[in-house]
Formats: sequence, structure tokens, C-alpha cells
Amino acid sequence: MGMTMSQKILAKHAGLDSVREGQLIRAKLDMVLGNDITSPVAINEFNKAGFDGVFDREKISLVMDHFTPNKDIKAATQCKQCRDFAGKYDIKNYYDVGDMGIEHALLPEKGLIAPGELCIGADSHTCTYGALGAFSTGVGSTDMAAGMATGEAWFKVPSAIRFVLTGKLNKYVTGKDVILHIIGMIGVDGALYRSMEFTGEGLASLSMDDRLCIANMAIEAGAKNGIFEVDDITEEYVKERVNRPYDKFAPDPDAVYAETYEIDLSSVKQTVSFPHLPENARVVEDITEEIKIDQAVIGSCTNGRISDMRAAAEILNGKHIAKGVRCIVIPATQKVYMQCIKEGLAEIFINAGCVFSTPTCGPCLGGHMGILAAGERAVSTTNRNFVGRMGHTDSEVYLASPIVAAASAIAGKITGIK
Amino acid sequence: MKAQGIVHKYKDNVDTDVIIPARYLNTSDHKELASHCMEDIDKEFVSRVKPGDIMVAGMNFGCGSSREHAPIAIKASGISCVIAGTFARIFYRNAINIGLAILECEEAAKDIDAGDEVSVDFDTGVITDITKGHTYQAEPFPDFIKEIISAGGLLKSLKK
Repeated sequence: MGMTMSQKILAKHAGLDSVREGQLIRAKLDMVLGNDITSPVAINEFNKAGFDGVFDREKISLVMDHFTPNKDIKAATQCKQCRDFAGKYDIKNYYDVGDMGIEHALLPEKGLIAPGELCIGADSHTCTYGALGAFSTGVGSTDMAAGMATGEAWFKVPSAIRFVLTGKLNKYVTGKDVILHIIGMIGVDGALYRSMEFTGEGLASLSMDDRLCIANMAIEAGAKNGIFEVDDITEEYVKERVNRPYDKFAPDPDAVYAETYEIDLSSVKQTVSFPHLPENARVVEDITEEIKIDQAVIGSCTNGRISDMRAAAEILNGKHIAKGVRCIVIPATQKVYMQCIKEGLAEIFINAGCVFSTPTCGPCLGGHMGILAAGERAVSTTNRNFVGRMGHTDSEVYLASPIVAAASAIAGKITGIK
Repeated sequence: MKAQGIVHKYKDNVDTDVIIPARYLNTSDHKELASHCMEDIDKEFVSRVKPGDIMVAGMNFGCGSSREHAPIAIKASGISCVIAGTFARIFYRNAINIGLAILECEEAAKDIDAGDEVSVDFDTGVITDITKGHTYQAEPFPDFIKEIISAGGLLKSLKK
């Protein structure tokens, strides 16, 4: 029986010729990731279990991105614990304030993930790297601790849903609209325990940033991982960043998929997910009620990359955000931050009345840098709109692309661009 | 291994942000996490829960963030077992890895009400609603996972 892309990567890393759905395997890891929230729990477990070394100092990434620059004494203490651990074990890929970025934007940018590799991260959006044709999945802190110590993790081999993409995105429609559309279609548990595999001639019109955004939100459909078939666009991206050999895995022609969806990208429209689940997706042009907003957030591991910044800046250029709206723009990495300054985007944002911040996950998870009060409403390019996600339990988050978020910030209400 | 207690009942898609809100993730102290468990959807949970109680919920329990603080908070609050229709996969892994007992059983998750007294036999997967006099059969864990749990969690099983 043929294997999916995800199954092939798992088989290779388990040292097996083939694997089948439901099989329990142990597999070798190419990267183990943690952040300033999840790593302290992992470090505690690592120490408690009595491990005295890591499997490979170059295959662990610790990124201080969630509550940084430290929002309070407890957050500072957690970062210090990570910093001390990284120092003790000489962890090569330790990223602190000043050279950090939001982890899922940073790792691909730094070339720390290559096609065909196997990565676990103690952060649910670790599934982002499937955009590069890697098998990458979120785990908890104990798995991270075990991964750092042994370089291995256990997996139950998933079945997969195949998304065959055709056509081409229309102007002002992005990867974010595609993934919100898909989650709206299959639901927040529509891909539970499964892989989401993206193939088809439509891939040619999706930039790497679009793919990273789509794979990023695979978890919001419950998926174990999201993965894209490697093509010229992937190779072009990887060429500039990775100088180690890597494998490209295409699905077997007779691979068995639990379901297959065909999606014509030209039919996807600007989409917004309403509170309090990402599956509450609605096409912007069908929204008839007026939804006033108090805040717009443009950034995060979903939409904080340079193409997101450029798209938002194009809308905000020469305009000013509505009175009474706060717009917070957060480039995802130091590199993107610098690019925004060099390309004049920072100036556009500031002239438009936006806050322009150093990288942080901050507001996305209601950590800091943009918390909502009771009764407030935000449009956000982040990935979750759960109850209380960005602040008070009586606040609301509407998920959208940077284009829709920027247009909404100007209008003071949720709106798209024609 | 068995558990018995009073049920705290929740709906579908209980996410880890409401199990333990991110504003409390600046600590990994188990007791402190437990003191805020479920507060964004059930403010009284913390004062109501008794050691050994059982949590029952609908589909996709524990969706969202991978924070292990979520199963830690539930376990440290005294909950002995979570029964749900389905679990989000990272929560499922995390619960096993830290030794929080969980069982998937859609029928039990639908029928059992808040306040019922329920007992669970993890070896057989049998769930009994003592109040209603009904029994349900959940899928028991595969041996691989039983080994992790009997060792007291993933790291202890690796050190064996």
C-alpha cells in the first residue's frame, strides 16, 4: 500500500521501509523546539528525570518569544531558566531578545528546517514547517524534554486528508483566506489526528509565506501536521538558507487518503473567522452587519512575515486608522523588522497611527502588548479566537488576513478591499 | 487502576486557553496553575472540585495551544480522570506523558451529567455511571501507552 508524504518521512526517521496508519513508532528527530512558556516545564522534567546531557546541541532551538521582552518578574524568571539551561548545555540555537523572532517565522528564516526533516516543538503551531515539505508537529513539554535527552519521539502514524489545489488566488486574497476557508469547511476537529497534505498545480501560485501561513493553522483543524509537496518555490526558498543535503518526499501514486478535497484557489474570497472558533468562517463581502472594532493586530507566527507587512503597508499607505482604533503591527523577526525599516514600511505604519513593535507573540495569546478589556473587539491576523484568548473573557477576536485587518483598522469596522 | 468521583461536565471544543489562560503561564508551579483551572468558563470549578472527581466533556477536548500546563492544572486540581468524546491530539499526548488518566467514549460523554457519580476501570475501559446505573465501554489504552502510564510518565519510562 502506498504512503503519504507524512508517512514516508516518518518511516525514514524510524528506520523502516514502510509504515501504516495507526502504527506506533519511535523516530529520530532533526529538531526539537521550545519557547519561554513551554521550555521551563520541559527543563524541570529534564532535570527531575536526572538527564545530564542533550542528544545534539545543534538540533535544539530555544526561542524566547512569548512574554518577551519580559512582561513581568515571573516571565523574566522563566526566560532566565531557559538562558541558564542553554548556557549549561551550550545550545547553539538559543535566541534571546535582540536576535529572536517569533519561533515559527524564525526557524525557517534561519534555515533550521529543511524538506524531509522531522521536527517536534513544544508549541502547537510547530506544524508551520510543513510548508517546507518537513514533517513537523506540536507536542508538550514532556515530549520536548524526552526529545532533548534522547533525540527521539514516539508517534502514532496518521492517515491524511489531501487538498488538491487548482487555479490561482485573486488579488487581495491570501494564504490566510485559504486556510480560514478550509477550516470553515471541515471544522476545528475536521482533521483530528490526521495530516493535511497540500498538492496540485495551484501550489505554483502560493508563495512560501502563503504556505507557511496555511500550514501554521493546520492545528486549528485539529491536524497533526500540514505539509506541502516540495516544488521550485520551496527549493528557491531553501537554497538561500540551508546548506545541508535534504530529501524531497512526494506521495506514492497509490497513497490512500481518508478524504480528498479539490480547492479552486480562484474561488476563495477574503474571509474572516468570527468568535469564538476559527471554524466560524464567513466571506467578508457577505457580512451585512456593522462590526465595529477597537483594535487591530497585524503580526504573529501566522502573518508576521515580510509579505504580510508589505500587504498591510500597501493598504495603510497615506491613510490613517479610524479614531478610537488601536492598530498594533508586529513584524515576526528582527530581519523582518529591519526590512520594514529599510523598505519604508515602518514609516507608513507609524504615519497611519499604528504602533510598530519589536517581535513578540504578546497579544496573540493575551500575554501582553495589546490586551482587550471587557466588551472590546479586535480584528487580528493571529490564529485563535477562543474565549478570552486576547484578554477579557467578554472580549472578541475576529481572525483575518493582514489586508482585511489593515482595511478594517482604517474603516473602524470589519471590511475587505475590493 | 480505578477512579471514582463526582462529575464536572463541559461541552465540545474546550480549549487549553480556557483550561488555563495564558495570563497565568508565567509560572510552572502546579498548585498555582491548579488555582486558575477552568476559571474562564467555570469560575466555581476550583472551589467545587474534590480530590478524585471526574471531568466529562464533548468532542475535541483540549484543542488549541500545546501548553502542558493544561493537563497539569487539571491533574493538580484533583481530577482523577477526563472522559471525552474525542481529545485534541497534543492534549492526548500530554495527558499520557504526565500521567493524567483520559478515556475516549462518545456515548458516555453524551449521557453522563454534571453531578453524577462515576467510576472508571482503566484496565478494561469500563465506565460506570453509578447514579444512572449505566455502563459504557471505552477503548482501553494500547500496551505501549500502558507502559508509559505504569512507569509514571514518559520520562520515567525512558529512564527504566
